[in-house]
Order: sequence, then structure tokens, then C-alpha cells
Amino acid sequence: MYDMKALYEAESVVHAIALRLEHPEAQIIAGGSDVLVQMREGRRAGKELISIYMLDELRGVTLDEDENVRIGSLTSFSHITRDPLIQRCVNVLGEAVDQVGSPQIRNIGTIGGNTCNGVTSADSASTLHAYEAIVELTGKDGVRRVPIKDFYIKAGQVDLRPDEIQTAILIPKASYENTFGHYIKYGMRNAMEIATLGCSVNVRLSADKRTIERCRIAYGVAGPVPMRVPSAEAAANGERPSLALAERFAEAVLADIKPRDSWRAAKAFREHIAVELARRCLIESVRKAGGVME
Amino acid sequence: MSQYKLIRCNINGRDVEKMVDVRASLTDMLRNDCHLTSVKKGCEVGECGACTVLIDGEAFNSCIYLAVWAEGKRIRTLESLLGPNGELSDIQQAFMDEAAVQCGFCTPGFLMTAVEILATGKVYSDDELRKLLSGHLCRCTGYENIFRAVKKTMYRRAGREIDF
Repeated sequence: MYDMKALYEAESVVHAIALRLEHPEAQIIAGGSDVLVQMREGRRAGKELISIYMLDELRGVTLDEDENVRIGSLTSFSHITRDPLIQRCVNVLGEAVDQVGSPQIRNIGTIGGNTCNGVTSADSASTLHAYEAIVELTGKDGVRRVPIKDFYIKAGQVDLRPDEIQTAILIPKASYENTFGHYIKYGMRNAMEIATLGCSVNVRLSADKRTIERCRIAYGVAGPVPMRVPSAEAAANGERPSLALAERFAEAVLADIKPRDSWRAAKAFREHIAVELARRCLIESVRKAGGVME
Repeated sequence: MSQYKLIRCNINGRDVEKMVDVRASLTDMLRNDCHLTSVKKGCEVGECGACTVLIDGEAFNSCIYLAVWAEGKRIRTLESLLGPNGELSDIQQAFMDEAAVQCGFCTPGFLMTAVEILATGKVYSDDELRKLLSGHLCRCTGYENIFRAVKKTMYRRAGREIDF
């Protein structure tokens, strides 16, 4: 038995919003692979929960009228990885969430929960930042769309208002078109591991594949929230792909990232692997985009 | 104050109705209300995989799954693998043949994940198979025999020779 004060089960998005307003102290639970564990270990013990897990309308990946990829917030990691639209448009996101926890965790864990946690180490977060994802929030007055970088306020806190639930994450067409990315998670073991550092890079090359038209890079665990790295992006944009460029690009990340010492790893070690992951991710992204590193 | 809810679901092929405490995990419900004690209580935080069951064909850690979420679902536990006269399924027999069982605590969970893997009908590479089995902890066997049992069954079902 969980040490739970009460459970309110939402029957629709509208009902979930009503429950949020009715029970302001209650915690939203999506898949529960974080919330229930925290309840078990005492951190959230004795709390009320609003379950949105049964809202199947929040599951699935579609293309909206503007051809943005729309991922329902309750779509599980394993369904994202297996989804043909994800594989075609943002394959790196499917690869990134395929590194969360274990197979069973990936069947229950949701992308909405992964982002609403506000945790810097979330495996989906760096790729969503690198693709400038839009978070769709539904409240009593309608839908609000927030760029993911503004959604994260600080460690453990996201821009979710008292009447809102997150209903989808959108990857804009301009963001995924002709764009190829790569994610590397650094951890001590492969399964059931929180990232020591996660790095996601994506590039769009010119038609002749000889110029990087647009390069974006984002990290998890390089700061209190997932972050983009403008200094490295500036170093790569408009440049010809080369191993020398990859070195310059990777070194440039140190100007922006702010990792810390923690029991998982030292700051100096995180900086070291941040550079190496950036280099490898850029090389792999260019390769996936059909380019050649000179 | 206790809060209860009537749940209708299908467990191991039988439609059932259960009145469950909303605070219960699916492990609690399957063990205490349905007497399906193959569902083991291990870590209870979704790390060890001993409580793994299939829900609509996918493997879940039932310890971090609320019992009320079982509503309308098809749930399978190890008990469903036996044939009508108590025959072992091919994957269970393979676990025995490969000595993939020692204390047995992790075995029901591993078997249910194996059922999910085998149901895809795919023949996975060794690396893929290791990753698919990585949601379970076994403190006895060192995993090698479990891996061999699953691989052997996967190859047999595909009508292929095994090359360990």
C-alpha cells in the first residue's frame, strides 16, 4: 500500500483541470515511475494524487495541421521509440528516451512526466531543448504554448500553473526538417541509471552537404536545468564540417555550461566529458545528415 | 479514511471484478486479492523487475503501477504460462534446461519479460537481447544462463539453429 491521502482520477482533460483547482495541494501523477517511488521513500508520503494516467486522449504521436510533430504528454518512452513518425522526423528523440531506466520503466514512463519533473538529467530534455520543442499546457482558459527553455524555471520547477496540465509536446516542422541529431548519455552503467551528463546535438547541412547551416546543442546535468549552448552553436554555424571544427565546437561548450560537483561526478569530470560528448555528437550528427568530416 | 474502487479487468484470461483500496499497487492486488504469488515483492520501487507482469502485452513493474489503473486491462502473470494440463511452456522449459533458475525469486519476472520479447517474433542480436533483459536483477545466476534460455527459445521459435 502506498502512503497516499487520497486519489482523484481524472476522466478527461477538463475534469483534470477541475480536480487541479479543487485540490490545489494534490500532486499530478502520470506514469508514476517517479511520483510513486518518491511516495514510497517518504518524500511525497501522505499526499493527495490526481491521476491522469487513464486519459488515453493524451497518448500518441501525430502531425498537426502545420506538420509539427505532436507527442501526447502521456505517450510512453517505448511508444515514442517505436513510432514511425518519430523515427522519420526526430529519430534522435526515440533513441534518447530508449536510454531511460529499463524496458519496464520505458513502458510506463511518459514524456510529459519526464519534463514536468523539471529534472536536469531527464533523458528526453536535452534533445527537446536542442529541437526547440514547444510545450502545450491546457488550463481553464484554454491552451498555452511555451518554448521548452521557458518551461523550465529552476531545478524541480516548471511553468505549470495551478489550473493546468501538460497535454502535448510539439517539435516544430522548421526544427526537424532536414535535421539529423545524435544523443549520448554518459552513465556508470547502461540500465537503471541517471545520466551523469547527457548531450544532444543536431545539424542541418546545406544541399551540397558542405556547410553546416544550423547546429544546435543542449545538455542535461550541465546546469540546474537542461540548457542550450549558444557559444558552441555560434562556432559551428555556417562552417564546413571538419574534425578541426568538431574540436573548436567542443571546446566552446565550456564558455556556457555550469556543471557542479555531486556525488555522481565531479565538476571537472563533467566538463571533461561534456567536451568529448559534444565532439562525438557533432561528428555523428554530420554523418547521419549525409555529410563528411574533412 | 479508506477509499475503495471497483475494478473490472481480465487476469490470465478470466474477467474479474475486484474491490481495491486505491492505495494498493497492482502487486498488492495480484498477490493479496488474486493469490497470484508468482508476482514477487522485491525492491518495490521499479528497479529489480521481480514483480513484472504483462499489461495489454507490455511488461510493467506492477509494484509501481496503481491497482486502479488495471481497469479494462488484460493482465498476464506467470500462472498463465502453463498449458491446460499443467505443461510448462517452451520458455519455462528452456529456463530449466539451461539452469537459469537458482533461488527463483527473479524468475517469474524474467519469464514475463521473455514472453513480451518472444511475442514480437523478432530475432534480436545478443546486445539487443541483453538490453531487453536489463530491467531485472538476479543475484544468483550471473545472468548468462537466463540469457541463453531466452536466446534459445527465440531461435527455436524462429526455426533457426542456435550459435552460442
